[in-house]
Amino acid sequence: MPKIKIDGVEMEVPAGITILQACELAGLEIPRFCYHERLSIAGNCRMCLVEVKPGPPKPQASCALPVADKQEIFTTTPMVQKARKGVMEFLLINHPLDCPICDQGGECDLQDQAMGYGFDRSRFHENKRAVPDKELGPLVKTSMNRCIHCTRCIRFATEVAGTEELGATGRGESMEVTTYVEHALTSELSGNLVDLCPVGALTSKPYAFEARSWELAKTESVDVLDALGSNIRIDTRGAQVMRVLPRLNDDVNEEWISDKTRHAIDGLRYQRLDRPYVRKGGKLVEATWDQAFTAIVDRLGKLEGSKIAAIAGDQCDAESMLALKDLMTALGSPNIDCRQDGAKLEGGPRGSYIFNAGIRGIDQADAILLIGTNPRWEAPVLNARIRKRYLHGGCPIAGIGLVDDLSYPVERLGMGPATLRELVDGKLGFFEKLKAAKNPLIILGMGALARSDGAAVLALARDLADKLGAVREDWNGFAVLHTAAARVGGLDLGLVPGEGGRDVEGILAGCERGEIGAVYLLAADEIDTKRLGKAFVIYQGHHGDAGANRADVVLPGAAYTEKPGTYVNTEGRVQLARRAAYPPGDAREDWAILRALSERLGKTLPYDTLDQVRDRLIHINKSFAAIDQQQAGGWGTFGAMGPIGDAMFASPIGNFYMTCAISRSSRTMAECIASREEFAKRSLERARRMG
Amino acid sequence: MITADPVDVPYVEEFRFTPEYLEKVKALIANYPPGRQASAVIGVLDLAQRQEGWLSRAAMDEVAKLLDMAPIRVYEIATFYTMFQLKPKGKYLLQVCTTTPCWLRGSDAIMKACQHAADGETFSVQEVECLGACVNAPVVQINDDFYEDLDEASLQKVLDAFKRGETPKPGPQVDRQTSAPEGGPTTLTSATLRSE
Repeated sequence: MPKIKIDGVEMEVPAGITILQACELAGLEIPRFCYHERLSIAGNCRMCLVEVKPGPPKPQASCALPVADKQEIFTTTPMVQKARKGVMEFLLINHPLDCPICDQGGECDLQDQAMGYGFDRSRFHENKRAVPDKELGPLVKTSMNRCIHCTRCIRFATEVAGTEELGATGRGESMEVTTYVEHALTSELSGNLVDLCPVGALTSKPYAFEARSWELAKTESVDVLDALGSNIRIDTRGAQVMRVLPRLNDDVNEEWISDKTRHAIDGLRYQRLDRPYVRKGGKLVEATWDQAFTAIVDRLGKLEGSKIAAIAGDQCDAESMLALKDLMTALGSPNIDCRQDGAKLEGGPRGSYIFNAGIRGIDQADAILLIGTNPRWEAPVLNARIRKRYLHGGCPIAGIGLVDDLSYPVERLGMGPATLRELVDGKLGFFEKLKAAKNPLIILGMGALARSDGAAVLALARDLADKLGAVREDWNGFAVLHTAAARVGGLDLGLVPGEGGRDVEGILAGCERGEIGAVYLLAADEIDTKRLGKAFVIYQGHHGDAGANRADVVLPGAAYTEKPGTYVNTEGRVQLARRAAYPPGDAREDWAILRALSERLGKTLPYDTLDQVRDRLIHINKSFAAIDQQQAGGWGTFGAMGPIGDAMFASPIGNFYMTCAISRSSRTMAECIASREEFAKRSLERARRMG
Repeated sequence: MITADPVDVPYVEEFRFTPEYLEKVKALIANYPPGRQASAVIGVLDLAQRQEGWLSRAAMDEVAKLLDMAPIRVYEIATFYTMFQLKPKGKYLLQVCTTTPCWLRGSDAIMKACQHAADGETFSVQEVECLGACVNAPVVQINDDFYEDLDEASLQKVLDAFKRGETPKPGPQVDRQTSAPEGGPTTLTSATLRSE
């Protein structure tokens, strides 16, 4: 451990870190533009200059200089001050003075650091350079005059996102950050470029000129648009969610979020259910809560429990799912399911349905097998983590099923369950690689489980994990990658059919045959509503999507930004979402709606406050007490040995940008799709021209 | 400087190296350890330019494919170096040095003459920074060769020769051996060293 002196204070720092990092350990803030913790070091902005002894008698870029024993570092000497002021003056030479109309204003690194090191006038009397703006698609707006060439965006696209599309063309004063051939960015993580840009060169297109950062209320919450549970900050103005930004959490999303998480939020403004509706004469008519509840009581009261069914949606909070389960139990119905896609996960030991290794575990894996999953679409941030592991080297990655370009090379083993069986039997070469690995990681996607032979596939995967010794005290490499944010929570709470109960397929079949009289859809839109037959459908949710369209009674609920809720991500981490805005109109928090309805049905649920609901959550499953913690679940036998089909594994997500009611209502997501289609069309034309 | 895909250039559908050039490409790649083939990019781009006369996007894409690089990495390099021509040029590219020594020795007139000759087919002209042959100023680089110690008349002679399809002798266009004094050496005149 080298001993160094920073501004006269002696300290010991870990070997191999840079002077900038050492200064941060000492609690000093070094100004910087190009340096970023999660990107490679470029050392081109020169803002982080410090004086180092022994060394040449000139300031040194601290971000690129490793610490050495007996070094003396000075960060406040006149030489350092003068050097940084000089750098700032050069940066400002070509930077436009358009802060009043720049969206970065108020959260701009250049603005902030110019307060410390800027000069109050310019000595540059020539014209500033003018750079044409670039078209980077519907999410990233450019104003390239403002670019200071820190190259963070280029490094992000190349290293983290794995889509090498951005580069710096030309040189010197003519250098430009560009895609050269104009096209929209093809990354699902492109929104992060906006966060990384230290100036206003790259700003958010959907958020352009919408709000100023200081007039927004900031709420720390959790994302539900995929099962990763990315930590987010929701910025609201009044009742409107203006933007979503990532929050740092090294265990989950580091500091990235996907474009859907960030930009689908305009869907929260459209197609909202803001008052109850009751179907009269074939049409949904506006109603009061009382009328809606009366309509439900009239129908449900007459039905026996086994004729009632409930399906929980993919974005439900644990509280409302618990209330739904309790209500169904009170009504005597065993027909409840949270697996809209029909995934063959039966509850069972917790280790059978969570990403046991944890997202952080990806960093320790040394061989990865992807079964029936396309992580790039199912969880882009997790995919970036796998890519990070790949870049670190020494980690072979293979896939079974339809594998697209995942931004890292994947050895394609085969298409379907038969390949998996061969692998389990050790007939494929990749088996040896997995066997040789210390920490093999088996990522099992919904494409492998949400099918009729899913239970057999699950059993095969379990077998493989056991054979490889992937489940040990110190490592559990059995990892289920969910696509629904509510799924693990639902399984934790036992939202699977009770004894003699029906699962989603059984419920729908029952509806068709008239065996099920009433179905309660808790924000469940991903089912084939045509199959609901003549059943009485109650839809409780926040968007007028497929479910509400078919419903006989619509109860307006709250979206994830509008209620305090508990969510369990794919790795089994319990996280709390907070309310950033109130639900529109007469809409209410979901657990409270179910609690109110239970009273009208004469089956009052035993909780009146959110705290009481949460107490009951913990009572049902202890894991809900461990907020923001992750550990591998229990292991045991699960899945069911049985015949396997020959259909290939395909990711359940056909279209990354629209996977739920919120993203389907989002205009920004629609634009993203149009832009992708345009790009695909152009590439196809080009390919056709070339024959 | 070209920093974005130029639109005012002929559309090139496809670029393929001829077998002879492909041999050279392979030889270049073989200079580097396996997996480091991308290091050959400047040389391979130069070969593509020699084959095609300029660098079309199709050529750059082909180079990217050959070297297993992202196309943008190739575009970055091609736009960085002035030796790469991203628009079609005449058969002979006249690169006129106008930096101080050449300018003092009359590069203005040379430039004017070159511009007069430039028709876009036989000759194209480009102003360049110091070519590093200041002793022989003014200098014009014509394709791969330097033509030095020029004045209007000698330049015209050189250009006329090119026009006739000949290749005039590169180097000083006055009576001078490389950068030795005009009219022959003034020191080290004998072949042996005498000690006195």
